[in-house]
Amino acid sequence: MGVAIVGVGITKFGEHWKSGLKELIMEAGIKAVEDAGISGKDIELIVGGSMSSGMFVGQEHTGALFTDYMGLSPIPAIRTEAACASSSVALSTGVMAVKSGRYKCVVVGGVEKMTDVYGNLATTALAGAMDRDNEAHFGLTFPGVYALMAQRHMHQYGTTREQIAMVAVKNHENAMHNPNAQFHRKITLEDVIKSPLVADPLRLLDCSPIADGAAAVILVPAEDAKKYTDTPIYIRASSQASDTLGLYTRPDVTTVGATINAAQNAYKYSGLGPKDMHLAEVHDCFTINEIIGTEDLGFCKKGEGGRLVQSGETKIGGKIPINTSGGLKAKGHPVGATGASQAVELVEQLRGEAGGRQVKGAENGLAHNVGGSGSTVVVHIMSRNRK
Amino acid sequence: MTTEKAVAHHWRKFKERYGLVGSKCESCKHYFYPTSIICPKCRRKGKVKEYKFSGKGQVFSHTTIRVAPEGFESYIPYVVAIVELEEGAKVVSQVVDRSPEDVGIGMPVEVCFRKIREEGKSGLVLYGFKFRPVK
Repeated sequence: MGVAIVGVGITKFGEHWKSGLKELIMEAGIKAVEDAGISGKDIELIVGGSMSSGMFVGQEHTGALFTDYMGLSPIPAIRTEAACASSSVALSTGVMAVKSGRYKCVVVGGVEKMTDVYGNLATTALAGAMDRDNEAHFGLTFPGVYALMAQRHMHQYGTTREQIAMVAVKNHENAMHNPNAQFHRKITLEDVIKSPLVADPLRLLDCSPIADGAAAVILVPAEDAKKYTDTPIYIRASSQASDTLGLYTRPDVTTVGATINAAQNAYKYSGLGPKDMHLAEVHDCFTINEIIGTEDLGFCKKGEGGRLVQSGETKIGGKIPINTSGGLKAKGHPVGATGASQAVELVEQLRGEAGGRQVKGAENGLAHNVGGSGSTVVVHIMSRNRK
Repeated sequence: MTTEKAVAHHWRKFKERYGLVGSKCESCKHYFYPTSIICPKCRRKGKVKEYKFSGKGQVFSHTTIRVAPEGFESYIPYVVAIVELEEGAKVVSQVVDRSPEDVGIGMPVEVCFRKIREEGKSGLVLYGFKFRPVK
């Protein structure tokens, strides 16, 4: 049995002084429900991702919170947590729920409200995605984790500081055409390379920003999809893999084993390969991770990711546009909402509704969402075509 | 809104953090940190023994932290590295006694015992291993 997305909703990403967890969830949820043309009584299950509502706003039990805020009690709700991959795990859980035959209409989403705490508390909360006892204990931060990866990538493959910076420049350019992006500001290579150091060699403009936001999609069985919309988007593969919680125990820190595993399974399930993709959302929490991601997803050979971005082929209009939404870097990265927002971007692109950032003729797309340093990776492949 | 822990949390890690004690699997000769009752390679079939590392190794990768989490603000800039121990296991730790720009991949280092940080309101002073360049 296949699964289709028949509605999507997303808030603007960024700093929302006027909106808390409740308002963000409601805005994204209502937009998705209206986009699908359904009503509350059609919804049978909610699966929602949130990384750390407990540390960011002091609120747990977010499953019950989702149903309460949306006025959907008594339907069941599940909160999923896998750090920055929380809402892609929600999506894969929702796919399983529909495939099981038990649920015919599932709302999947994600939310994070990160700006109600001060900066170093946010840094502390995010550090919970790594091995707290054996990495964070020594003062390692998340930019630091990816800096350790970048340092080795530069050492092993000759990836240059400029190539890494090109990821940020491209993604800021793409975000200019995304009304929901946090940043609508073009940046130059020099801006990135002269921005303040955060964790050498990574600088401020290599890092995705702290943000608030929510996103949601409506899942139904593929055979029912045309009842809701003329342009359902089919989920051709939903694949999750794990690697060690800590980065430090891995033999090679320039590759993410869980990306390779999840991608290979996704290609196998869908019968599609990297060459069949017309665009991809690749988890650029830090610029280096887009480079590593494009390699591990098979868009280029290992070690060639820096040269791929330099070639321009990952821009809109290139062979494989990456992060047309602006990516985590420029669209913003409200961690628990990011996976769901990648799904929203693929649906808008594959429907042909992406406006100034539209990839012409896009039929197949891939979303790659990473939790921690790659300890959880989820890959989804979506298509206009059911088979 | 903190990660402050009760004393027991730190007390039970004293052996690992004060002595750089990890594990060795006698079946596959694999060394790893921290201690565990199962081998990451052989799982339950491994013969895992506690092992005190020699403390010698080299820098596998490194970064200089300039935006610190809670409790580390007064130490910036400081170097955090993945250190590959001579037995083959890797650990994360700080590299001290050398300015950040002089730390590089492959640099030989040895273990030393240092203060890690003070914890929140309890004022608990946490100690553990760091690494310094081999003289």
